[in-house]
Amino acid sequence: MGKKEKTSSVVWRFVIATIIAIYVLFPFYLVVINSCKTTNDITANPIGLNGVSFTQLISNLVDVINNTHFLFWDAFASSLIITVLSLVFLAVFGGMAGWVICRNNKKKWAMVIYFTFIASMIIPFQVVMLPLIATFRDVGKFIGISMLQSVPGIVFAYCGFGGAMTVFILTGFIKGIPYDLEEAASIDGCSPEQIYFKIIFPLLKPVITTVTILNGMWIWNDYLLPSMMLGQNGRVKTLPVAVQAFVGSYVKEWNMILAAALLAIVPMIIIFLIAQKQIMNGMIEGAVKG
Amino acid sequence: MVDNAVGKRLLSLLCIFGGVALVVAALILDVSRSNAPYRGAFLVIGIVGILVGLFIFPTLKYHRALMNFVFLFPLLFAFLVTVIIPLILGIRYSFTNWDGIRFTKEVGLENYTKMFQQPSFIWSILLTFLFVVVNMIMVNLVAFLLALLCTSKLKGLGFFRASYFLPNLIGGIVLGYIWQFIFANVVTNITTALFDNRYSMLSETGTAFIAIIVVYIWQYAGYIMLIYITGLNTVPGEILEASSIDGANPMQTLFQIKIPMIAPTITICTFLTLTSAFKQFDVNLALTNGTGSVADFMGSYLTNGTEMLALNIYNTAVIKDNYALGEAKAVLFFIILACVSILQVYISNKKEVEL
Repeated sequence: MGKKEKTSSVVWRFVIATIIAIYVLFPFYLVVINSCKTTNDITANPIGLNGVSFTQLISNLVDVINNTHFLFWDAFASSLIITVLSLVFLAVFGGMAGWVICRNNKKKWAMVIYFTFIASMIIPFQVVMLPLIATFRDVGKFIGISMLQSVPGIVFAYCGFGGAMTVFILTGFIKGIPYDLEEAASIDGCSPEQIYFKIIFPLLKPVITTVTILNGMWIWNDYLLPSMMLGQNGRVKTLPVAVQAFVGSYVKEWNMILAAALLAIVPMIIIFLIAQKQIMNGMIEGAVKG
Repeated sequence: MVDNAVGKRLLSLLCIFGGVALVVAALILDVSRSNAPYRGAFLVIGIVGILVGLFIFPTLKYHRALMNFVFLFPLLFAFLVTVIIPLILGIRYSFTNWDGIRFTKEVGLENYTKMFQQPSFIWSILLTFLFVVVNMIMVNLVAFLLALLCTSKLKGLGFFRASYFLPNLIGGIVLGYIWQFIFANVVTNITTALFDNRYSMLSETGTAFIAIIVVYIWQYAGYIMLIYITGLNTVPGEILEASSIDGANPMQTLFQIKIPMIAPTITICTFLTLTSAFKQFDVNLALTNGTGSVADFMGSYLTNGTEMLALNIYNTAVIKDNYALGEAKAVLFFIILACVSILQVYISNKKEVEL
């Protein structure tokens, strides 16, 4: 009796889980099938498969990729360059800063810096974005490097905004590395910077993976900062900004809009399929520590 | 060895002096308002040169201090320029008639009093609070139920977990447009079939607000679920076994063992949903762009029925070109979020003491 009840409840749970999964995945299905249709077919039946053809998908994608408001490859390249550069700088400089803070944790200045970083995590982007643009415009004019509408400027901004969380998570990890290790290396004649780059940095690999995933998800999908700094119709556009500009120019041509959405989400889904475990674990750790 | 040290010292001095020379040259060009395009490159190379020079300078006495400085400088500099300085300037500008470029006079608290005279802003605040509360409850409830499902005996567990998390990977803008399509084309077909009435949820303020909540839960519940799963997995198996031997039914186990044991996780998730719902911008922009009519609120007709706080700030400053007022609203937004965060720290610390 008891056993039978258990089997039936397992079946029930499976049915419920499947129904929820269908609901959660349904929008993705709609994006895929409607990218393969013409506008008329979508209006006639947005859920069914009639009108779906591979040639239509290719023609929609080609139209979207070549659209002057979207320029998929340019936007994709900008997004990739901005994300990768920001992540590399955040990992390298974040590790360096975190290590210095950790090893001076008895000194006042290090603690002031540390707590400023932590306290700054509550600052919403909205309160700094307007003066940020003004400051960057002035600084750019003064030093002769355009900080707005340029890749270096936005990478710099991401280093500033991502710095607090990165340092916070990294110091939490570095605290746990035994100090004996560094003392031994120091006796063997290692200089402090050699200790950092040869001993500490390789040990940071797992936590840098976490930080990179958290920052990567944020930077890749971020809309407000690039839209403010790069402008809607600027020279450089990231993917979210390009999607927004594209949709603004195409009123209700849903096959185009959904093809653009498809192009924007495919890279992320490919990465997720490759590194599913790391991404989910990284997100959990970030939440629990942050 | 000695030659090496001398060589290093020479190289380091070369870097420092070269760097200083470049920086000075760049600054002279800047101050003299020359338009030489290479002055920016001078400045950057100069600063890098100074830092590299300091870094390889081989005196033991100050080496540690210099290295600390060089290690901290890049991130701290970026942080100061992008967060701290704009924050101070922003608070300052909120008391002036700043137009995004300059200000001509101090206006005291005028911006702050003005924003509370705008019914549309009051509406945004109330709407945001409603959104935050509803979301906090709904997202946590849905996520917790999903987590219970995903920690029970279930075939294809990995697949379900990953697919529930999947929406969280997609940026709010893209996601907002996908759902705009669904509400405008798919849901309307369902209403046509059921009530013979082609009805778009996005066309009316109340239902559009519900639409935003639906999308938000769809996006966020999978992520919160992951955290709850981690929490539930820390509940020791022996305790669950003991309770089942003692004859506790599943409901008793849930309410008297599992939920109290994961109280810290509940705190984390509550505040995560709270702060992220407050900052909600992308979905709001892409799904409804804040539109929606309200017939009569505080005696006026509103057109920003679904505009939440973050979007209201953006629209006030960037779209309506009222930078000082937008900045004042942003400062208020910051104060609200700071209060929430302080509350969180307070509650978490209290819990830790109890444990």
